[in-house]
This record gives sequence, C-alpha cells and structure tokens, in this order.
Amino acid sequence: MTSPSEPCFEPWDQQRGAEIIAEHATQEGATLVILHALQDAFGYVPEPAIPMVAEALNLSRAEVYGVFTFYHDFRKRPAGRHVLKLCRAEACQAAGGDALAARAEKKLGVAIGNTTADDRVTFEPIYCLGLCATAPSAMLDGRVVGRLDETRLDALVAEAQR
Amino acid sequence: MMRIYVPCDAAAVAVGADEVVAQLELAAATRGISIEIIRNGSRGLCWLEPMVELATAQDRVAFGPVGVADVPSLLDAMSSNGPHRLRLGLADEIPWLKRQTRLTFARCGVIDPRSVEDYRAHGGTKGLERALSLTPQAILADVTNSGLRGRGGAGFPTGIKWKTVADTNADRKFIVCNADEGDSGTFADRMIMEGDPFVVIEGMTIAGITVGATKGYIYIRSEYPHAVIAMNAAIAAAKRAGLLGARIGGSAHSFDLEVRVGAGAYVCGEETSLLESLEGRRGLVRAKPPLPAHKGLFGKPTVINNVLSFAAIPFILDNGAKAYADFGMGRSRGTMPIQLAGNIKYGGLFETAFGVTLGELVDDICGGTFTSRPVRAVQVGGPLGAYFPRALFDTPFDYEAFAACDSLIGHGGIVVFDDTVDMAKQARFAFGFCAVESCGKCTPCRIGSTRGVETIDKIRNGERVAENLAVVEDLCNTMKFGSLCALGGFTPYPVMSALKHFSEDFGPAPARLQAAE
Repeated sequence: MTSPSEPCFEPWDQQRGAEIIAEHATQEGATLVILHALQDAFGYVPEPAIPMVAEALNLSRAEVYGVFTFYHDFRKRPAGRHVLKLCRAEACQAAGGDALAARAEKKLGVAIGNTTADDRVTFEPIYCLGLCATAPSAMLDGRVVGRLDETRLDALVAEAQR
Repeated sequence: MMRIYVPCDAAAVAVGADEVVAQLELAAATRGISIEIIRNGSRGLCWLEPMVELATAQDRVAFGPVGVADVPSLLDAMSSNGPHRLRLGLADEIPWLKRQTRLTFARCGVIDPRSVEDYRAHGGTKGLERALSLTPQAILADVTNSGLRGRGGAGFPTGIKWKTVADTNADRKFIVCNADEGDSGTFADRMIMEGDPFVVIEGMTIAGITVGATKGYIYIRSEYPHAVIAMNAAIAAAKRAGLLGARIGGSAHSFDLEVRVGAGAYVCGEETSLLESLEGRRGLVRAKPPLPAHKGLFGKPTVINNVLSFAAIPFILDNGAKAYADFGMGRSRGTMPIQLAGNIKYGGLFETAFGVTLGELVDDICGGTFTSRPVRAVQVGGPLGAYFPRALFDTPFDYEAFAACDSLIGHGGIVVFDDTVDMAKQARFAFGFCAVESCGKCTPCRIGSTRGVETIDKIRNGERVAENLAVVEDLCNTMKFGSLCALGGFTPYPVMSALKHFSEDFGPAPARLQAAE
C-alpha cells in the first residue's frame, strides 16, 4: 500500500531562494514557473522572495505580487502538515459531495478552506480533479482518491490527521 | 511470461490501480510466476476501473473492477485461463466500448503511453509522415475539409484559425495547447495526455509545420499532476526519437515543445487569459481583436487549440479529411469524445459521431443513476453549460442544435443529477463559481456574479420572489451581452436554464431539501 509521502519542505533561505529564481529566470514569461518552484521548495511563497523575483525579471514588485495573489495555488504561509483537497464541483456534487464535505468539516472541526488548530490538516476545496466518472474525489498531499463514500472519506480524514 | 496491463490513468489510480500493481507483483513473486506489467492509459470505462487486462493469443482479456483482495484469485484465473467473477471477456468486445467510434481515442488505454515504439506500432506518426510530404496549403485543405471545429467549447473551425496564422508574417509564431480543462464533468484532455500523449505532440507538430511555428507550449492545469508527468515524459521520449527538436523525421522542419503548469485559475482556460498566464502575468482576459492568430503569445501569431483539437489532427492527416468528415451531422463533423459523469451507473469516456441524442447518452449509455432514482437534470458543457430537463432529451449532440436551445456542448462533459437536486442551489453555485473565478477585468462578470448570488439567496429565502427573479434575469442579460469572455458571458446559461426548466425550485427552500441538508 502506498501512503502519502509527508510533504517535506526546506525552511526559507534567501540564498536558496536566489538560486531557484536564477535557475528559471531566463525562460520566457518565467513568473509562474518561478513562483511554482519557490512553493515546491518552501511549501509557500515567502514574502521576501517577491522583490527578488521582481528584480530578476525586471518587473515591479507590484506586478509580481499581483501575479502571486491572482492564482489560487500560491500560498502566503505554509499549509498544515497534510493538505486534503475535496472536489466541490458539479460532478462530485451530483454524486453526493455536499454531504461528504459537511462530514469532513465535522470530523476535522474546521470549515473547508481552513487549517486545523493543531496545524495538522489544511482542508481545501478544489474545483475538479478530472476524476468525474469516479466521483466524489479528493486529493491528499498529491495522491488522488476516487469513489469516496463515508467509509473511504473517514479513512482519508483519519490518515490526514495522523 | 504473462503480460498484464494495469492503467496508470489518474482515475484508475484514484480507485487503487497502484495498489493492485504492487499486489500483483507480490503475488506473482510468491508463486514464482513471471509477469510483465504495462501501465497503459484508461479505456474510459471508469466504473470498471481498475480494469486489468491480460494479453492472450486471441486478444486482451479484461477483468474489472479489480480490488487488492481479488489479486490472488485473478492471478490463478489468468495463469489457467480459467473463469473469474470479474472476467469481462475480450476488452475490444465489451459492448460499451464496441459501440463507440474511436478516432481520437483509438489508442488510449491500448498502448504504453511512454513508448514511442508502441505508438508507432498502433499507427502513430503516420499523420506526421504524410504532413511532411505535403505543402502547408495541402495540410490546411485537409484540416479545413475535415470540418474539425475547436473542441475546447467555442467550436471555431480549426482550419480557418490555422490559415489565419499561416497567412500572417512574423519572425516567430507559436503553437499553444490549451490543457486547462477546468470544466467539471470533463476529463478527456487528462485521459488522452495520460493515455496517448504522443497524439497531442503529433497534432501540435503538424500545426507547427503548417503555419511555420517552431515552438509550442502545453498549458496544463495544476490539478492534473499525472498529466504533467506523462506529457513531460512523452516530450522527452519524442525528442529522443527525433519526433521533436531539429529536423523532425529528417525533414527541414524544427519544432520544440514545453509544458507549463497553471496555478488554479479556472479563467485561464479562456484562450487570451491563458496567453497572459503563459507570459507570466495575472490571467486577465484580453479584449479581441486583435485575435491570438494575429497577436497571440508574446505578441506573435499563435495557434491556440484545445488538446482534443490537436489530438484529432493525426487521424485526419493519416486517413484524409473525408474519413473524418464522414462522421457527424450538419456542421458538426467527425466525432466528439463525450465525458459521462455525476450520478450515473456507467461513467467514462464515450467517443461517438455527432448526432447522438442526450436521451440516448443519459438513459441508455449512462444506464441511469447509481442511486437508482429518476434523472432530473443534466448539465452539459461544464459550469457554464445549461441544465437540461427530460423534456429536452431529444436534443442531438450538435453545436447548432445545442445553441438553438440556449446551451452549449462546450468541451463535451455531461453531468447527471437525480431528483434530489435543488436547482436554485445549482443556479447559486453557478453565480458563486463565476464570482470566485472572475478575472475582474469586466464589470458584468465581476459584479454581476456577486449580485447574482445575493439575489438567488433572497429568492431562496422567499423575499419578494417575483421581483428578484426579474433582477436575476436582468443580471443574466447584462452578463451575457456585456462580458468580455465566456466566463461572464455563459454563466447565465446554467442560471437561466435552471430558472426556465425548474422554476418550481425557486422560492423558499423546499422542505424535502432542508431535510436532506
């Protein structure tokens, strides 16, 4: 059985950040590529990185900050230890997703879109994983799970809480 | 040596395909049986996933849905060619698959998506080879005569788009593949990228040769990590095989591809927003004109097409325009990979000629709901698509027929709801989704969607229902005619169709639903 790998991120380090930026800066239209790379390394996009990206790409800080805030994926601060994303789009709604979302909220003790108080689980909505014919579906730290029912959801939530 | 196929498609993985592989390897080792496991794509019979296949002298025999606990008995049945309760017979003979017309998805689920050799062995690269022997004008003629229209949703003739780019002079041109498949109920782009990525590469390469572009980008949404990995692996393999890079197939043409990953913005599926995103900016929609074909990526002439449009091209070039155009009805030529999802018994990918009716799809092919309750509403074309009542089930799958009833086929996704659905809630969701995903550039979409949510809430609370219904209608008209792109422009489709066909749901929330919530 595969279990989700514990997300493993480096603490923010300016030198490391500069290396990551330099690695991608020569690509055309590199802003998103760099923001993704920073988040992959640190688990979020640390604020001090924004002016560094701006300087490397000859953009204003406002432009880079604007890109950073436009996209749902980029995080201002680290997520919980595990990230559980539950699909809330129409196909999963039709397959009973609303009830499962409410159940997960109750089990985790937070409304969707939040992190549990113990910082263990960030519970987020996602709008379509493309697993609509095996709905309802979810993603735990990058691992996809389909055909959720109460039992499978409970197991998934328990796994996220471990 | 037994050759066993277990899909690597995300939908199969989501229901345990990786665990089945691990268990197969373990069980085979303990029994001293020699097996070779090939991770194919999915054939799209999603209710049977993980669908495991065994190569036999006749053809591939399918079993499914296979759970980890089934593996020991499955291996016994495979070794002895004996019966098994999950045995489905020859994969190609499964009726749900056999009644399809698979042109674009012919190889998906059949081949090893990492192997150029397997791709070639199943007819791959023949379209490219023929394209390399033709003039750009001759390729354009084929694409135009095939009648292929943009499969992303807008349905614009692909041949005309390509010709515009071909006729525009510039120092650089680009080919961009829109793989930002954000519509709920759609997964065909994901499946083909994971199951037959070379066909996308081949289609894009043919586009490059035709219009004189040497660089292409595939913009894949971040919600599709498996597709990103599959496409990157395929690009690397294609480069090694001389199908990408300098002097493709020994010709004078060069073409290179790069995958770029989105960041969770639905609006980036809109072509101009996608181009902005590729350039590294906020995904703000651009006003048209200029068209991307004149001024697209980095201001250069750009062919931007959906994954399925590019994936249809190799067949057309290999078999000729007529072979493709012979399928379909009216001005909708060829086949559409339709995606069946939501509350249904048999969900998955069903590629068929245009003209099949919605009723055939829902009642016959989907087999009704898995909750065994009556079908009440069917949304076609994603979050911007209309909801259909049973009364409109005779509508044929055709761009014009759908437009005639204030709807769209979009990217071909169908989501079925049973009779517990609250259509006012769905209308609210449509407005709410638009409010969250709006890029904010134009007022009708940015403000109209938020006001829409508020107004639907008032209606559901029973506040001045008739007056507020008029407000919703007015908002919808403003959004439909005043928005810059399809997000604001088409959000009225689900809202108005819900209002028109399910008006009984608009008013104070019915007691049956309060109980269900």
